[in-house]
Amino acid sequence: METINKHYFSDMGVMLGRSMRHILRSMDTIITVTITPIAMMLLFVYVLGGAIQTGMDNYVNYLLPGILLMAISSGIAYTSYRLFMDMQRGIFERFHSMPIARSAALWGHVLTSLVSNAISVVVIILVALLMGFRSSAGILSWLAVAGILALFTLALTWIAVIAGLSATSVDGAGAFAYPLIFLPFISSAFVPTETMPSVVRAFAENQPVTSIVNAIRALLAGQLVGSDVWVALAWCVGIMLVAYFFAMRVYKKRM
Amino acid sequence: MQTNAIQVNGLHKSYKQLQVLKGVDFEVQNGSIFALLGSNGAGKTTIVKILTTLLEQDGGTAAVNGFDVASKPDNVRQSISLTGQFAAVDEILTGRENLIMIARLRHLDNPRQISDDLLNRFSLNDAADRRVSTYSGGMRRRLDIAMSLVGKPQIIFLDEPTTGLDPEARLEVWKIVKELANNGTTVFLTTQYLDEAEQLANRIAILHEGKIIANGTLADLKKLFPPAKVEYIEKQPNLEEIFLAIIGKKEKI
Ligand SMILES: Nc1ncnc2c1ncn2[C@@H]1O[C@H](COP(=O)(O)OP(=O)(O)OP(=O)(O)O)[C@@H](O)[C@H]1O
Ligand SMILES: [Mg+2]
Repeated sequence: METINKHYFSDMGVMLGRSMRHILRSMDTIITVTITPIAMMLLFVYVLGGAIQTGMDNYVNYLLPGILLMAISSGIAYTSYRLFMDMQRGIFERFHSMPIARSAALWGHVLTSLVSNAISVVVIILVALLMGFRSSAGILSWLAVAGILALFTLALTWIAVIAGLSATSVDGAGAFAYPLIFLPFISSAFVPTETMPSVVRAFAENQPVTSIVNAIRALLAGQLVGSDVWVALAWCVGIMLVAYFFAMRVYKKRM
Repeated sequence: MQTNAIQVNGLHKSYKQLQVLKGVDFEVQNGSIFALLGSNGAGKTTIVKILTTLLEQDGGTAAVNGFDVASKPDNVRQSISLTGQFAAVDEILTGRENLIMIARLRHLDNPRQISDDLLNRFSLNDAADRRVSTYSGGMRRRLDIAMSLVGKPQIIFLDEPTTGLDPEARLEVWKIVKELANNGTTVFLTTQYLDEAEQLANRIAILHEGKIIANGTLADLKKLFPPAKVEYIEKQPNLEEIFLAIIGKKEKI
């Protein structure tokens, strides 16, 4: 036991190094993950945006938070894909029969998910800057945005872990992400919720994406964030804890 | 005191309704090669998984290197390494990176030196810096076994190490296994190939319908074969015939 505890972080480091190589050698996944959100951004800004009344004069600024969430939602499909492949190929069995902390292999995937999604987010922000995105946010606000996005990624990552561990086919491993990718459409991500029919509006205003989008939007605009940021945090942490709990149960059962 | 490398008593395991192991007993002496023989679905991998702490048994006990697999899994993991039925290599990394990764995870001092030595020994030098996804089946299996040798574990589990290999690659794996045993490593291997057990193992156990139906040296097993037949047939019975004879006998009862 002692040796295992002593080496926990160095083991995690090895796992992270492995995953980073995976990410760097499959840059095409970053492109695949970012291309659809970028296309959506172009479509909404240059085709539909003129007709949308948001109350903000710069539609890219309005749109960006939702686009980022969309990218993360599609990015985590790869998290469950990578996990599924590791299980299939038996490399997990090798790790688990070695004297290292069992959770190190799993946490390696979680860290990978954070890093690769962070790369996608940066790529999309750079494209948004080219398209006219501007922010008056200070360093603290940016840190808060990064924190919220990281929590959101973590929450979805644990859902991806459940999917990756329990999937029986490659397609199944990624399928869970599709509904998540479309959640931003029924939220305040693209248009204000006020114009939606009442049932849709009720859903939109009470689902996690709206509060997260509103909080990030306010932070980037350098405005005071109201209760949205707390609702957003509560959603992220809540989803994360529930998903973590179930992911661990599946993990124990599968291992 | 000399404990056995592996000691298994009354092992039971079911997957839901399916009873796979119905009281398995055997022991493996230190430094020997032990072959577990069984047809598809006999439960060989299930036994390997229990012994390597990947799966918990429903009943019975198993000890590896003197440590109970259920209560002392960490000590067991310190003593063993596993080459599973399907190559457990990282396809995206190179052969060298795979070996270095395992050496780091085993907290050894000189990962690069260790990987160089193993690459040499397994004739993987030329392919060392290529991604494993470009390797042939035989190269992959060699790397897989090389990864299991990192850190010189006392007991090595090989689950069907030569399934799917061409005859040449198979001979190479046999050579490696023999070398291991010569250096004092205990080798537990499973196989469906009777000639493989015949070639390699000091002791052979046959797993059939959840139990060990025969266990002994090759000579012991040959004695089980009806001797009358030997008089009329020029050729010695090989293990395949013994296996079929034993199974046939059991099924008649
Ligand atoms: N996780 C599982 N859930 C349900 N049944 C399983 C599971 N793993 C194995 N089995 C079943 O248990 C039986 C024994 O499987 P096992 O993999 O141990 O056999 P094996 O001797 O290794 O076979 P093979 O030579 O094909 O590798 C098979 O009938 C298999 O279908
Ligand atoms: Mg098997």
